[in-house]
Amino acid sequence: MKQQTPLLKRIRESRLLWPFVAWVIILLFDAIVEPGFFKLGILDDPVYGKHLYGNLVDIFNNGAPLMLVAIGMTLVIATGGVDLSVGAVIAISAAMGAVLINPALGNQLITNDILTKNATNTPLPLIILADLAAGTLCGLWNGLLVSRARIQPMVATLILMVAGRGIAQLITNGQIMTIYYTPYFWFGNGYILGLPVSIYIVVLVFLLAWVLIRKTAIGLFIESVGINAKSTYYSGINEQNIKLLAYTFCGFCGAIAGLILSSYVHSADGNNNGLNYELDAILAVVMGGTLMTGGRFSIFASVIGALVIWTFTVTVYSLGVPANALLAAKAVLVMVVILLYSDYTRRLMNRLVERRGSQHGTTN
Amino acid sequence: MTESKNIVKMLGIAKSFPGVVALEDVDFSLRTGEIHALMGENGAGKSTLIKVLTGVEQPDQGTIELDGQLVQVRSPQHSQELGISTVYQEINLCTNISVAENIMLGHEPYRFGSIHWRKLNELAQRAVHRLNIDIDVTQPLENYSVAIQQMVAITRALEVLSAKVLILDEPTSSLDIHETNLLFEVMRQLKSEGIGIIFITHFLDQVYQIADRITVLRNGKLVGTYDTASLPRVELVAKMLGRSLTELDAISKEKSQVEEKKPEQHLVEAKGLGRTGSLEPVDLELSANEVLGIAGLLGSGRTELAGLIFGIDTPNNGSLIVGGEKVNTFSPLESLKRGIALCPEDRKAEGIIGDLTIRENIILALQARYGWFKFLSLQKQSEIAEKYIQLLGIVTPSSEQLVKNLSGGNQQKVILARWLATNPKVLILDEPTRGIDVGAKTEIQKLVMQLAEEGKSCVFISSELEEVLRISDRVVVLRDRKKVAEYSGGVDDQTLIHTMAGEL
Repeated sequence: MKQQTPLLKRIRESRLLWPFVAWVIILLFDAIVEPGFFKLGILDDPVYGKHLYGNLVDIFNNGAPLMLVAIGMTLVIATGGVDLSVGAVIAISAAMGAVLINPALGNQLITNDILTKNATNTPLPLIILADLAAGTLCGLWNGLLVSRARIQPMVATLILMVAGRGIAQLITNGQIMTIYYTPYFWFGNGYILGLPVSIYIVVLVFLLAWVLIRKTAIGLFIESVGINAKSTYYSGINEQNIKLLAYTFCGFCGAIAGLILSSYVHSADGNNNGLNYELDAILAVVMGGTLMTGGRFSIFASVIGALVIWTFTVTVYSLGVPANALLAAKAVLVMVVILLYSDYTRRLMNRLVERRGSQHGTTN
Repeated sequence: MTESKNIVKMLGIAKSFPGVVALEDVDFSLRTGEIHALMGENGAGKSTLIKVLTGVEQPDQGTIELDGQLVQVRSPQHSQELGISTVYQEINLCTNISVAENIMLGHEPYRFGSIHWRKLNELAQRAVHRLNIDIDVTQPLENYSVAIQQMVAITRALEVLSAKVLILDEPTSSLDIHETNLLFEVMRQLKSEGIGIIFITHFLDQVYQIADRITVLRNGKLVGTYDTASLPRVELVAKMLGRSLTELDAISKEKSQVEEKKPEQHLVEAKGLGRTGSLEPVDLELSANEVLGIAGLLGSGRTELAGLIFGIDTPNNGSLIVGGEKVNTFSPLESLKRGIALCPEDRKAEGIIGDLTIRENIILALQARYGWFKFLSLQKQSEIAEKYIQLLGIVTPSSEQLVKNLSGGNQQKVILARWLATNPKVLILDEPTRGIDVGAKTEIQKLVMQLAEEGKSCVFISSELEEVLRISDRVVVLRDRKKVAEYSGGVDDQTLIHTMAGEL
């Protein structure tokens, strides 16, 4: 047989190949450098009960916001756009939650009782709803700028990227707002059946996105718009609404990410919540094989891409690299990814595989 | 008349791209102080010839002489250094900086190490005055009309780049009559100064207004170079379309029997339908069971007419009545729902979605009508795709093939299939046979006639008269963005050519 088996070929052409390979390499590296890296244990937490703990659990738990943002970003990039404002949207959503929890506190002294009990008059569902609404509205705004006002996506979302952090600070009155409300902490710290809540949220949002994309015509229309917006419009598809939906959904994802993040760190900080998340998300999507010019996409591959980036970040930290050098380390990752995905490498790979194939052919 | 010498002489130019011969043994010469029109339909080779002259492309064969010197134009920049400048219809200047800066860009006068602004403005003002344009050069370029911007580009070409040869590529396509005349005055002035101008346009009137000589290209070959005064319009059109007038008389119409049709309700009725700047008001009726041919040269308004009926552009004149109801909202989606379909002229940019499969391309419009949530099952999609692959004879190993990998003719069939799947009442085809091989061409022609027989109303737009005449029941002729005539039944191509040329 000189032909490759279809399965091998399919694996080779799959979007999932490279992110998976990258993830495995990073994990292997971790296992070598830090022998106890994969150790999992069961911890009995006084608040959240028995649950799994370990590096892998942490990676999933802390990487959840990035995975969520990557799901939203995939849709936006698939339409041929980009959303630079997701980091700011995270901050707005976090601020929204914090401010709704805190007004009840007023100036009263924070007692131990408040720290562990309900410290707010606002019902939890309302807080969550406000969180999500704020982020979704941000996405809608981006979508309107891009689809109706026809502003270039990078410029349109740059507006909110800059203004968003200001808005977040306005909401919290310019302060880093600490949250004292135990039920709210559950999203970032809680466990269901021994696994972090955030993982369940990611799975839920992923399923929602998947159904929305693959069980309706929306996925096809998004790809179509990303490949050729004009032809798509000429075919009777309202490409404006498709774009609007993608940006709005991306804002929604950012909102959930903001909820989890602020819940995890027990505070809202307009300046630092979700800092650089937009760039990590873009990188995750690119790593997942979606072209920046739009078109074919896979949200699953993007989620794996996000996982790679988060694992990489954790690894770099665990190596003792100072936080301020993290960006430099990430730059190396970006470079490797871009080189791996370049046409040059692809051609090289194909040539290598073909050569081996033809050698087999001659020996037969 | 040959006292003026040749400033450009191109001999035996040939250029091929993979799969296409763009130019074949083309000669072209330009004299000093001459306005030379370069004519031809799409794909004739005009732009390739210009690209060879300006160094964008290197010719496979042939020589270029400039002022009697053999030259090799290595790059666009090199061509500028040689004194050849091009002003494109899309002006490549910076609209947010001043006119003077635009003119002098890269050649600013300096004093004490910084730009000598007063001198810069003076130089620019003087340059502009030379062309008798009365504008304030310190204003940002964007404050002026497209026509003025074009003249600024010309000024720059002449003053700073000291061009001897000026190429004007469709300069008048977005100008009104007044602006066009302004441009022509400038062109005449330049001509009197001995500059050679190559003028590319689709407007016949303008060619006869200003050009000294005309070179006609067709299918990458030189048809000939003629003095404008000695080439009647009809002959020019005949040459562009590749017909000789005597030959035309011999051809008899294949479709002679004109059936009597009851004047039933029209499917589509346009009354004074038009849009300022793109199409003058047109009256048009489309009815079932017929093919309406639209004949007209490129730029005659044929694509604009199709765009208005299909709702790509919103008309600001007249009304469109579809199925007895006046249309108020214009968009492809609305048209789709009303049963109107359009296979657009530019297959690549407006038709296919290259990276989607044949199946996805075919079901796209149907799915658009169903909306977001009524998603056709994969099985249903494949059924529809297979049906049309069979019906239209699309040559492909499978319906999962990417459309970009198909040949032009098969791509066209995929777009046709996309619309047929929506079962439209009115099917508008804009140049459906351009750039596809002869076999596919006749198949598409047959298909259109068959569809009309089955009760659809087809609109067939083409610059190939032969096919328009062969398959149309009625023919509407457009010229210079106006409807100039409508023929039903036995019209011959000679009449048609005369009408298209504007001599009838």
